[in-house]
Amino acid sequence: MDANMFMQHFINALGLGSLYGLIAIGYTMVYGILRLINFAHGDIFMLGAYFVFFATVQYKLPWALGAFIAVSGTIVCGLLVDRVAYRPLRGAPRISALISAIGVSFFIENLAVVVFSGMPRPVVQPPLLMEAFSLGGIRLVPLAIMVPAISFIIVAALLWMIYRTKSGLAMRSISFDIETTRLMGVSVDRIIAMAFAIGSGLAAIAGIMWALRYPRVEPFMGIMPGFKAFIAAVFGGIGSVPGAMLGGLSLGFVEIMSVAFFPRLSGYRDAFAFLLLVVILLVKPTGLMGEKLEDKI
Amino acid sequence: MERKQPMLEIKNLTVWYGSINAVKGIDVSINRGEIVTLIGANGAGKSSTIRAIAGLVKGCGGSIAFTGKDGRVTQLLGKQPEAMVRQGIAISPEGRRILPHLTTEENLLLGAYTLSDKAQISENMEYAYSLFPRLKERRRQKGGTLSGGEQQMLAVGRSLMSSPELLMLDEPSLGLAPILVDEVFEIIKTINTEGRTILLVEQNALAALKIAAKAYVLEVGSITIQGTGGELLANPKVKEAYLGG
Repeated sequence: MDANMFMQHFINALGLGSLYGLIAIGYTMVYGILRLINFAHGDIFMLGAYFVFFATVQYKLPWALGAFIAVSGTIVCGLLVDRVAYRPLRGAPRISALISAIGVSFFIENLAVVVFSGMPRPVVQPPLLMEAFSLGGIRLVPLAIMVPAISFIIVAALLWMIYRTKSGLAMRSISFDIETTRLMGVSVDRIIAMAFAIGSGLAAIAGIMWALRYPRVEPFMGIMPGFKAFIAAVFGGIGSVPGAMLGGLSLGFVEIMSVAFFPRLSGYRDAFAFLLLVVILLVKPTGLMGEKLEDKI
Repeated sequence: MERKQPMLEIKNLTVWYGSINAVKGIDVSINRGEIVTLIGANGAGKSSTIRAIAGLVKGCGGSIAFTGKDGRVTQLLGKQPEAMVRQGIAISPEGRRILPHLTTEENLLLGAYTLSDKAQISENMEYAYSLFPRLKERRRQKGGTLSGGEQQMLAVGRSLMSSPELLMLDEPSLGLAPILVDEVFEIIKTINTEGRTILLVEQNALAALKIAAKAYVLEVGSITIQGTGGELLANPKVKEAYLGG
């Protein structure tokens, strides 16, 4: 493989990995606070992709406006899931919330089949993002650069929020000791809602960019990316936001590079992600940047 | 005029944990500016009382009325802890409950969560540092790396960060070396003379009674003896049961 070819794969991996990372952040934030694996998160991602499809392809709105509507709509859905499916179970054993999460996931998927129809639908990519250009011998489209760039900017902003603002302080505090945090005057439900809103917003942004990269939407499109992002979150150390991004990038690189270097194994592409999960759980169960885990589901 | 109304008036408070009756209808009243102490053995219901005021227990009955500086009366029973803090009550919980992965400064800032005035927050922080200069030296250090005494100072300092009118200190001497116990009680007295009302829950009855204006003895969920700190120090029953004869 020559250097140019490698660079193409590298940028491709960077794009895919940062999308996994964006989705993984939603898993990791909710897990960090509630010790809940939000299985519906992949479906929230799917909703983001559908909303942007409807806004821009169906209703022909400009992409920027469509993206804004999609992100807002997805955040509302994420908050609704928390309110309806998780908040009533806050005091219940954790396994109840987990089962509720699986139920919500199936519900959203099948509701999407009913409402959006099960047929995959093509997304029309904005031509501006698809005009190929050459950069030092590598053929690129603007989208390939845009995806990781937007992702990194968002993650930087999120890290600033978590480490430099009062709400971020409350989030970091809740993840360790809910009761003491409440005693300091923090409304825990509000902070949890905030975590769901941020996670859903990032999933929507990932969904939009996913729909641009792989230009079609279908009701079950969230399942595989959702699983992989979950693996990315575990690999990076669940509960850690930088870890989720790192895990996402690692997964993107493993997936793209394994196929690039061993084209014959391309059929096993998805299996690599799960292999990574098995390996990390055996070697370092807390993940790359994870802190000590107490009891975990 | 509002002096007549106690700052915190607890009437017929009961606390249930399932079928266990931890507090069996107690009356406690705290006047503005006082140090009031609840003493008693482990499991007597001291912490349950505090937790009921804070809004951390579900199964409680009775009334907990708080009268603010402006004379407005608020019923705290059944409210969230957030409501308590916003009313002007802060707590230094039993076992300190420092967040070990946050720095000293971040722990203090968390205590000021309900405030939005930056100048007020930094003023409160300076006040906490002036009471506990050690905390200032350790301000970039993670809470988990502090010594027990420093963590206790941090818990008290953190509870001062929300500019509270009433401070509830739950077992501030627990697990401290005797010399540190004296230091902590000295500081509690200072905080009080600088204008804050204090509800002190203690197993160290001697130290608590010495600084308390009013004291209640709790035994298996009921108040058995009450009076001024001096009266209880002289009470033979208290002497025998809590002051080592």
